Amino acid sequence: MDPASTIGHQEFDRQRDPQHHRTLGSDAGDDRDSRNASPEQGLNRRTFVARGLSFVGLAAVQGLAPAWAAGKPRIPDDPTRVPGSPPSAYGQRSTFEDASRLVSPSHSLTPLQALHGIITPSALHFERHHNGVPLIDPARHRLVIHGLVERPTLFTLDELMRFPSVSRTAFIECSGNSGGEWREPKGKTAQETHGLTSTSEWTGVSLATLLREAGAKPEAAWMLAEGSDAAAMTRSIPLASVLDEALVCYAQNGEALRPEQGYPLRLLLPGWEGNTCIKWLRRLKLGTTPFMTREETSRYTDLMPDGTARRFTFVMEAKSVITSPSGGQQITPGFVEIRGLAWSGRGRVTRVEVSTDGGRTWKLAGLQEPILPKCHTRFRFPWRWDGQETILQSRCIDEMGYRQPAREALITVRGVNSYYHYNAIQSWKLLPSGEVRNVQV
Amino acid sequence: MSRSKAPWAFMALAIVVGLVMVGNEVPAQDAPGPYGLGFPATEEEIRAWDIDVSPNGEGLPPGRGTVKQGAAVYAAKCAACHGATGTEGPKDRLVGGQDTLATDQPVKTIGSFWPYATTLYDYIYRTMPYTAPQSLTPEEVYSIVAWLLFQNGIVVEDAVMDATTLPAVRMPNRDGFVSDPRPDVERRERGHSLIPGIPSRGLALWLEHR
Ligand code: HEC
Repeated sequence: MDPASTIGHQEFDRQRDPQHHRTLGSDAGDDRDSRNASPEQGLNRRTFVARGLSFVGLAAVQGLAPAWAAGKPRIPDDPTRVPGSPPSAYGQRSTFEDASRLVSPSHSLTPLQALHGIITPSALHFERHHNGVPLIDPARHRLVIHGLVERPTLFTLDELMRFPSVSRTAFIECSGNSGGEWREPKGKTAQETHGLTSTSEWTGVSLATLLREAGAKPEAAWMLAEGSDAAAMTRSIPLASVLDEALVCYAQNGEALRPEQGYPLRLLLPGWEGNTCIKWLRRLKLGTTPFMTREETSRYTDLMPDGTARRFTFVMEAKSVITSPSGGQQITPGFVEIRGLAWSGRGRVTRVEVSTDGGRTWKLAGLQEPILPKCHTRFRFPWRWDGQETILQSRCIDEMGYRQPAREALITVRGVNSYYHYNAIQSWKLLPSGEVRNVQV
Repeated sequence: MSRSKAPWAFMALAIVVGLVMVGNEVPAQDAPGPYGLGFPATEEEIRAWDIDVSPNGEGLPPGRGTVKQGAAVYAAKCAACHGATGTEGPKDRLVGGQDTLATDQPVKTIGSFWPYATTLYDYIYRTMPYTAPQSLTPEEVYSIVAWLLFQNGIVVEDAVMDATTLPAVRMPNRDGFVSDPRPDVERRERGHSLIPGIPSRGLALWLEHR
């Protein structure tokens, strides 16, 4: 009898047991302060610390490499000779994968450098909330539309789902994304510099449909959207600018919204700063003027060098970032596919240009279909690294003809105190050692 | 061939009839909107959530509060996070910072940055204290607002805040905000005319579809 293989199989069975998994998962969820710790890491650490101890002596005596020591189920030498796991009710990613959000008390960042294509897995969509993620029973949740309407109306979730539905794949970017970069190259990785943007397929009902249902009055010009979180987050939205595209969403990537993304209901204003896409949406009030909430006066306004502040700066301008190679990664000479994401809140990305010589020359990158308006677009550029020190950059051009600005041009106009809406070209320095670092040029 | 056409013709007719029926049925007499979904919201239901306060004072409840009362409530319920005088933190600084906005180290506070005093009422009732949002009485909120405005040198020590006096308070940075001038930085690509803002069909056109 091989003790290591016995242990391995026990652990493998535990991993497959959904009940067991849940318990451990929520336990690991308390591990709040451990930055970057994935639930899986927490799970494995605790599982194996708790269960592995009694076997440690035996394994050490027999000189066996314990499979559980690495925090992984025992891997068969030849998977074609061992029956695999049975189907499961709700799938989990491979235990070998550990890409995680980087967590702080007020937000978490998407690991852009670890992702492929354009869709952000729902579990890795960035988070920003102002007083925690509320726990909401969808059966009790209501959306009320009132103010300048003929018929103040309450909707249950079931009723909202009966309206004609619309799906839209779109990015949501927090306007504070890259906010740390105004003064210095602060973030070490693409996750730290650009991780407050994510893309999902969103499904819901058109806001225009709902406002028509409630009988919006012609004089209605602004809408207050309010969430039912402990911040009762509120923003004023100019109606005429959003009615073509705004959605009240209940689904993300094919299933119900994630709690962090507004379960059971959120607003989506494609291309506009994430904060306006109110999560846990409970109230829409129509009026003639903006409501001037704290989040559109004290916050989410952009301070200029002359001391004035721009307000209602809704649109997220064109931006891009090379996600590979990017800060914190290590590469070797030879073929390197430069990969990244580009997006614009004004429409489609028409072109992405890449520089491998610190901005002296620019070449066209390939764009991966689909290229959707107000959506992350994947770009790629085949390259051969000769091992010399250099700087990699990308810049995005959108269908309005807007070109993502160089850092110098951006801060010349806006100074360094506006905090929000930093969309300058990102520079990654490649050292001869193969190390990649965030720099500003 | 001719036989196989018949079902299609029938189906097409069925679809047309169906559409006409749907078109007729949706605005049924008892249904409020085009789809007949949703319940009428009662005054009472709306009031429970209708907590926003506008710059013109709309939404402010009855009640009043003085600077003196505010000092006591603030010390008990706010000072732990915002400091005894509103400047010490550890959370957001609420007092001071005037004349710093155009400097290298701007200090944004109620006194230096906030354009409307009414927003204070809205935000404090809505979200503060952070650990017990929406727990304060109107008297408590009015009095804290009075104290914070006094601390910032905006109202006098015997000021009383209520639904009439609060909207009349003029904040120092009231005219400090400008509208969005973007795109403001980039060079325009050849052959494009940059249209600022969001292209839209506009409310008027949208309303024609009602
Ligand atoms: C437990 C800590 C805590 C307590 C107690 C607390 N606050 Fe706060 N307060 C915060 C935090 C955190 C923020 C920032 C919230 C955010 O940005 O979403 C904040 C923000 C504010 C702001 C906005 C500042 C700005 O410039 O935008 C005001 C005003 C405020 N608090 C007033 C109060 C008042 C009045 C009380 C007492 C009734 C209070 N707070 C009690 C933690 C606290």
